[in-house]
Order: sequence, then structure tokens, then C-alpha cells
Amino acid sequence: MAKETQLRLEPLLWMLFSAGGVVTAFLIPVHLFLFGLAFPLGWIKAPEYASLMVLVAHPLVRIYLFVLCSLPLFHWAHRFRYTLYDGLQIKHLNEVINFCCYGGAVMGTVVAGYLLWNIH
Amino acid sequence: MKSSGTAPSYTPYHPKWYRRRVSTYWWLQRGEYLKFVLREMSSIFGAYFVVITLVQLYALSRGPQAYADFENWLKNPLVIALNAISFFFVVFHTITWFNLAPRAMAVRLGGKRVPDLLISGPNFVAWIVVSAVIAWFLLRG
Repeated sequence: MAKETQLRLEPLLWMLFSAGGVVTAFLIPVHLFLFGLAFPLGWIKAPEYASLMVLVAHPLVRIYLFVLCSLPLFHWAHRFRYTLYDGLQIKHLNEVINFCCYGGAVMGTVVAGYLLWNIH
Repeated sequence: MKSSGTAPSYTPYHPKWYRRRVSTYWWLQRGEYLKFVLREMSSIFGAYFVVITLVQLYALSRGPQAYADFENWLKNPLVIALNAISFFFVVFHTITWFNLAPRAMAVRLGGKRVPDLLISGPNFVAWIVVSAVIAWFLLRG
């Protein structure tokens, strides 16, 4: 029974992995460059608090941020689980690893949803 | 393997293949393997970015002072160093991801396989355009 559930979940998890890979590839570099390097180092003037709040107030921006936060986590969960599986050959811990990886991704998604829902 | 209840009394034939034990550090033995593991590990830095972004959203929701504190925290040299490493890995992910696209999707035109560059190329162009649009949204004021 557990095996069957796992088999039915696998395509969905793979789709989340793949979609997360696309989101990570297209969207994260520019965000990370701006907020992580260019703004703190003063290469480019950082946007003001007020203008960021105006952006975040828009429903489409919130949906965008939700996707930006959620899908890369599922991408991470999938790759990390298989790297531990193949790389360190710790197959006996498989269930714990799966629980931590996908559990982490679900938790991050919930936190993102909560924060974006309540920001104003 | 044992099956319960109505198990046959004979022992099924199970050939046991010879398998060489693989070292835990197999991925250090060849450049290609190491590249593969680094590619897989790049996903950690994507997750790191998400965590930072969640903290940023939390700071935004707490008000201007909390957000100013968050911005100051980002100026910490250790955080900058971590962000620089993360940026490197995320770009590594982008490049490997786009280069994988032609393998995942082998397009044939008139019986001939479309060259890899024709499939990965547009991805790179789209990447630059998307990045420019996001930067424009953030920087316009």
C-alpha cells in the first residue's frame, strides 16, 4: 500500500522538481544578484521600503513571490534526496530523508503563503 | 525474499550478481562525477535564497525599522560572501539546466535532429530578457 502511494506521488514530485528547476534557472539569479550583492554593496541604489511595499501589495506580485519561494524548495528536495541516496549511499535512512526534504519544502511553502497573505 | 502463508516449500532460484563495492567518495574520482554532484548541490543555494527571501518578507511585514535592520544584516561580509557563492552556484544551475533541455527534448525536423544550440539558445535569450524585466520592476522607483 505504501509502495503504491509512493508510485502515484512520484510523477507529481518529479513535475514539481522540474518546474522548480525552471523557476530557479530563470528567476533566482537576478534576484540574488540584486538583493544579495548589488544593493548591499552599493553598486545599485536599493529600492525604498515604501516602494517595495507598493510592489508586494499587488496580488500578481504576491502570486509571483509565492511561486518563487515554493517551487525551488521542491526542486531542492528532489535533488538533495537523490544526491544523499546515490552520493552517500545511505539508503537505509531513505524514509527519514524523504520526510525531511519534502517536509521542509511543504513547510517553506506554508510559511511563504502565510507571510504573503498577511503582509500589508 | 519470503512470502507468507502459502509459500512454496522449494527455494526459488535467485542468482546473486557480483557487485563491486562503490566507495562513498566515488564522486571525487572523476571531474565529470564531481560536476554532476556540484550541479545537484546547486539546488541547496536555491533553497538558501528562498530562506533569505522569506526572512525579507517577514522583515517587510514588521515595518520600516525591521526592514532597515534586515538590509544592514545583508551588508555583513560573511553574508555577502555566502551570497556570492550562492550566486555562482545558481548561475551554474541555470547554465546546466538550459544545456540539459536539448537532451530532455530531442526535436526532429525533416528527419534530422535540431542542433542542441537551437534549443538551449532561446532559453538563454529568454533568461536575459526575464532578468531585465524583473530588474526594471524593482528599479523603476
